[in-house]
Amino acid sequence: MSAAPPDPPAVAVESLSKGFRLPHEQVNTLKERAMHPFQRRSFEHLHALRDVSFDVREGEFFGVVGRNGSGKSTLLKCLAGIYRADRGRIHLRGRMAPFIELGVGFNPELPARDNVFINAIMLGLTPAQARERFDAIIAYAELEGFIDLRLKNYSSGMQVRLAFAVMVQVDADILLIDEVLAVGDAAFQQKCYETLEERRRAGKTILFVTHDMNTVEQVCDRAMLLDEGRMVDLSEPRSIARQYNALNFGRAAEEVRSEGGRTGDGAAAILDAWFEDSGGRRVPVLEQGARASFCLEVELREPASEPGFGFLLVDEQHRRIFAASTAWSDTPTGEFAAGDRVRVRVDFDNTLAPARYFASPMVSHHGVGSDLMDSRDELVSVVVHGGRKDAGLVNLPHEISLERTGAAAAVE
Amino acid sequence: MKGPAAVSGDWRRFLDLTRMLAITDFKLRFFGSILGYLWTLMRPLMLFGVLYVVFSQVVRLGDQVPFYPVVLLSAMILYFYFSEATTKAVTCVVQSENLVRKIQFPRLAIPLASVGAVSLQFALNLLVLLAFLALSGVKLHSSIVQLPLILVALLALTAGTSMLLSAVYVVARDVAPIWEVVIQTLFYATPILYPIELLSRESESLARVAMANPLAVIVQQMRHAVIDPTAPSAAQAIGGWGWMLVPAAITVALLIAGYVVFDRMAPRIAEEL
Repeated sequence: MSAAPPDPPAVAVESLSKGFRLPHEQVNTLKERAMHPFQRRSFEHLHALRDVSFDVREGEFFGVVGRNGSGKSTLLKCLAGIYRADRGRIHLRGRMAPFIELGVGFNPELPARDNVFINAIMLGLTPAQARERFDAIIAYAELEGFIDLRLKNYSSGMQVRLAFAVMVQVDADILLIDEVLAVGDAAFQQKCYETLEERRRAGKTILFVTHDMNTVEQVCDRAMLLDEGRMVDLSEPRSIARQYNALNFGRAAEEVRSEGGRTGDGAAAILDAWFEDSGGRRVPVLEQGARASFCLEVELREPASEPGFGFLLVDEQHRRIFAASTAWSDTPTGEFAAGDRVRVRVDFDNTLAPARYFASPMVSHHGVGSDLMDSRDELVSVVVHGGRKDAGLVNLPHEISLERTGAAAAVE
Repeated sequence: MKGPAAVSGDWRRFLDLTRMLAITDFKLRFFGSILGYLWTLMRPLMLFGVLYVVFSQVVRLGDQVPFYPVVLLSAMILYFYFSEATTKAVTCVVQSENLVRKIQFPRLAIPLASVGAVSLQFALNLLVLLAFLALSGVKLHSSIVQLPLILVALLALTAGTSMLLSAVYVVARDVAPIWEVVIQTLFYATPILYPIELLSRESESLARVAMANPLAVIVQQMRHAVIDPTAPSAAQAIGGWGWMLVPAAITVALLIAGYVVFDRMAPRIAEEL
């Protein structure tokens, strides 16, 4: 990071705190107040944000990530001026436009024409500007034929397109975006990112709240991780994504260890299974492109000769992504007496696409691996991060080269 | 950068928003039904018909009042404006939850737009009233120049009350039923069915108390200035210009209280909903 940024920050937040009083009983009638005038009303104080400070530089694409309830939406609403902060200060340089939700003020009973005006004016355009840009909005949304159709007759995709088209027309120096891009199909999302990218190139500052670590890694310059209202870290997106995944799936990985789905004749018992990173640490998160291992600890309950050890990896849709077994690779495993313990490691280059995976370890009798002693369905989960999500199920080791093969005859 | 505000300094944007919200509200009410406006006119007209028959044929209150039908109609249209605008305003902020929680904008635009939408409808009602006046042979008096002033007073009273009610309703939901009762009472407390002279004849001070109600002043002055100059003016009915300070003070107090309360409530609205 440069020692002294030449420009003052576009967004400066100084020790921002925001709490909500949650009354134990919602008292909002005069009657109840009159009937119990001396009763102390009890509150639970929820600290949504505690002492959060950060700067966003002009022209930066800044990510705000955190689990549900970590305070990121509260932060955005404080920045957008919807909530008033309890303590701390917010400085914004330039005009800010918040997109907490697409299509604010849309009314299903009114035709698209009226809704465009309502939404545009709500977002800060003057009526004259709204009229001027109306055609551009409709053209961008590709809804020329449907101007006078009532919004309730629009498909949800059309509504989203219309809302986004209005949003694009709003000029602001700072854009606050709250996962509005999560809606719509892939093509639409692509269009959204392109538009945001364009804005960024034009020198606009973008604050982006999201759950999607791939997006953070791909588009953000820097990101901030919030947890329970506190800022955990602010740094480059890759590191933030790793911390987020550790925070989020670290707990989730524990939860998955269930007794469900145990099959086999009990001649062996799988005691434990886990993933290790290249440094040999037991981790819930693996980085794409690095060396990784799957480990398995087994206790033999009966004497066995040449048993097979292996595991199966499935993705969240339970598609079989990868499987490995000593039975298939003809790795000799040797003789075991009852009570012997063994640790098995499968080392592999992690070329998996960023996603969540489940591993099912299995131990089989000598043979092709189908005669099971013990197997545990989806005993461990692991999250892979890094790389592009849309680049396929695996990132095969590859090289790309170009070779010019001559020029076509000039056509001019 | 502060939190959400009632007006937030940018008057231009505030006015644009208020106008847009008011027109949207108005359109929504009448959209898709040509008879939409006529239906809203039906209610006061039906009630007017019933009351007219009762009070001119049965009770014969109207016999002593020149132009009783239009006096009754005019008073009812003014009262219905106040009643509808304020009743609608009570819940308007809470009903705009989807806006309030999603975007920052001058919050005061909500109750004022709600009043604005009813005002548009009221403007149409006034045209209907003028048509009735012409039909009943009411002559044009020079005192009709007071009409804009009367309307401004009515608007101030309505806006002040609406701001106050909409802000208080956010934290005290029983304002809605309470206000319904108040509005009902106001119908009989205001000289709509009966002429104020009836009270004056009974007791000077009774008439004075009745005329402390700003709505009574507006209704009475409308009758005096627009329909029948021989009827007592508001100042005469209350017993002198000095006493007029009371309803005037009430109106101004409501306007100020409405603004101040709403302004203090504005930053918290999004959280209280």
